[in-house]
Amino acid sequence: MDAIILQILNGLDKGSAYALIALGLTLIFGTLGVVNFAHGALFMIGAFCAVTLSKLLNASYTTIDETKTDFLGNPLKVETPYVMDWFGPEAGAAIIDWSVPLAILFAIPIMILIGVIMERGLIKHFYARPHADQILVTFGLAIVLQEIIKYYFGANPIPTPAPDAFTGSFDFGQLIGFEANQIIYPYWRLVYFAFAAVVIGAVFAFLQFTTFGMVVRAGMSDRETVELLGININRRFTIMFGIAAAVAGLAGVMYVPINPPNYHMGMDFLVLSFVVVVVGGMGSLPGAVFAGFLLGILESFASMGAVIDVLPGINQIIIYLVAIVILLTRPRGLMGRKGVMEE
Amino acid sequence: MLGLGKKDTLLLGIVAVLTILAPFIFNPFPVNSAMAQFNAGYPDLLQRFVIFGIFAIGYNLLFGLTGYLSFGHAAFLGVGSYAAVWMFKLLSMNVIPAIALSVLTAGLFAVLIGYISLRRSGIYFAILTLAFAQMTYALAYSVLTPITGGETGLQLALSDPRILDGAASAEGNLPVPGLFGLEMRDSVQLAVGDWLFTFSAGYYFSGLVMLLAFYLAIRIFRSPFGMMLRAIKSNQQRVNYTGLNARPYTLAAFVISGMYAGLAGGLMAAMDPLAGAERMYWTASGEVVLMTILGGVGTLIGPVLGAGLIKYMENIVSKINSDILHGWFAFMPDGLEDFIVSIIYPFIGKGWHLTLGIIFMLVVIFLPGGLVEGGQRIARLLRRRKSDKDEDAGQAKTEAAE
Repeated sequence: MDAIILQILNGLDKGSAYALIALGLTLIFGTLGVVNFAHGALFMIGAFCAVTLSKLLNASYTTIDETKTDFLGNPLKVETPYVMDWFGPEAGAAIIDWSVPLAILFAIPIMILIGVIMERGLIKHFYARPHADQILVTFGLAIVLQEIIKYYFGANPIPTPAPDAFTGSFDFGQLIGFEANQIIYPYWRLVYFAFAAVVIGAVFAFLQFTTFGMVVRAGMSDRETVELLGININRRFTIMFGIAAAVAGLAGVMYVPINPPNYHMGMDFLVLSFVVVVVGGMGSLPGAVFAGFLLGILESFASMGAVIDVLPGINQIIIYLVAIVILLTRPRGLMGRKGVMEE
Repeated sequence: MLGLGKKDTLLLGIVAVLTILAPFIFNPFPVNSAMAQFNAGYPDLLQRFVIFGIFAIGYNLLFGLTGYLSFGHAAFLGVGSYAAVWMFKLLSMNVIPAIALSVLTAGLFAVLIGYISLRRSGIYFAILTLAFAQMTYALAYSVLTPITGGETGLQLALSDPRILDGAASAEGNLPVPGLFGLEMRDSVQLAVGDWLFTFSAGYYFSGLVMLLAFYLAIRIFRSPFGMMLRAIKSNQQRVNYTGLNARPYTLAAFVISGMYAGLAGGLMAAMDPLAGAERMYWTASGEVVLMTILGGVGTLIGPVLGAGLIKYMENIVSKINSDILHGWFAFMPDGLEDFIVSIIYPFIGKGWHLTLGIIFMLVVIFLPGGLVEGGQRIARLLRRRKSDKDEDAGQAKTEAAE
């Protein structure tokens, strides 16, 4: 039992990332009808927003402290981050420590801006063209974005730690009545899951309970009628693209402490997220979220030792295998709607 | 000639001449000159041009004719490579049986994947092929290690049985692939003044195979079968309404294009007898998509051009570093030199992927027909310039006719 709970927990963090990216993808597809292959790149840019902020906060000047010496006997050089000067040493240290969560505030406007520029500048011109062209041009864009990041940040992963309060693990098993040391789970992964749940909830609430969201939903189901009512649906869809970009970016920001970001992390996630979208059903938002968690948890179960002994290599292919089976038996995906992308 | 129209014969002829003369054409700079690093005429790179040319020609038979966008074609290339290396290990170092087996294996593999994937079209087809290719890649790295060599890749060994030729060559070294005694790495060097040209057996063998593949592709393009595939691309529903089942045609196209990929993989192994799973990673599949689109999808010569361009950039442009750039712009005042170098630098050398991505986007946005369409547009523009001059005369004639 404890092993099962542990695997479910392990699946949650990857599942959260899949769900967030897939949610953005399917949001873009549902509103604009565009297959966005650059969505993984947006995830990556989000992660690098966190890296940038952490580097900015760590920007420091060097002073020489004559009273101390290093092991060679030279005067010790002391690096003081500017933030510590501005906010005092304790508050400054706390800000640096919390750079990753702070990056959320930093990333949201940037990601929305990038998303809007992308939609207005490039994708707008591709609505009338076939899906293959949309895939190809966004694939090209993904390469370009990825190379720009590689140019500025290098090819190596950049470790960026979580706040001290959330490093380390805790005994999740004891919390729900198991013996000690049965289910040890890192704090940050739980934070990530909670964060993902909040973001997903916020997106759904936004679509469900605001007038803006209502118009967007109306536009998703019948664009022409909404336009005939005199509503500028294009502008709203552009904003939705920005929001989808922000969702992917936030997924990236918070993923940084779990896996040090490198320039191709977006591509790695993109392939899986597409599979997630297809499994969940093209254009279905709950489907994307559900399939994201489902596949994340399945993947984690498949990497259990007992399972690998029976079916060697299953952990590598389980997601693709599920996708193939789903596509062939339920062509619309688990929760796909009728009439969306039917060939 | 050979069952081709006049234009196609001319095209095939031009490609053949270019292939034969490639060691000269791609080697325009003397050995010790500053530009020598732009020489692409060395066998290793020339072989890659033609091998990826074959891969792209085959991909174009699927994507260009039927419009099915496959994102998993590198799997066939990888399977072909493995099959060829196994043939080298078990049977003989002769390349003919190795390549035959790689084409056959890739074909069988394509039947299997195609049969399942082609049940869907559009984006779903792309995802299905991608999923299969990624599965193949993951399995080759993990469970299938006894067959594929896992992370180290599949290599020849002295202990291999090699039923026909014995395990090792006379000197006790690892044998090299050859064609009835002609070793693939044999080459003849010709020095003309400062120029040094290398003619390699491996290149000419691959070149010959590419010409055959190209000829076959032309025949397929012009055949009723090719016509059928185009009909499926332009409107599959109408094809169905006329009572035709599109599936066998698309499956045949998929298998043929998989066999082309297997052929390319087999040739790759024949030039350098090792095979690794990284050849099957999905970025490799993405690369062949780039090649085909860049050159001109649905055209005959486009994919070969695209393959050449990308491989040239990968091998030559990527070698330019900032010292060389400073050397080029040394004639400028210092500040301007640094400024220009700092602008150009991100786009070349290690950043060549960025240039590739930008070119690719521009092509998709403005030139959906790729470089071939670009060439055609320029040609049309020139022709119009010329005809502008005699336009008045032409107008007078038409007016008279009316």
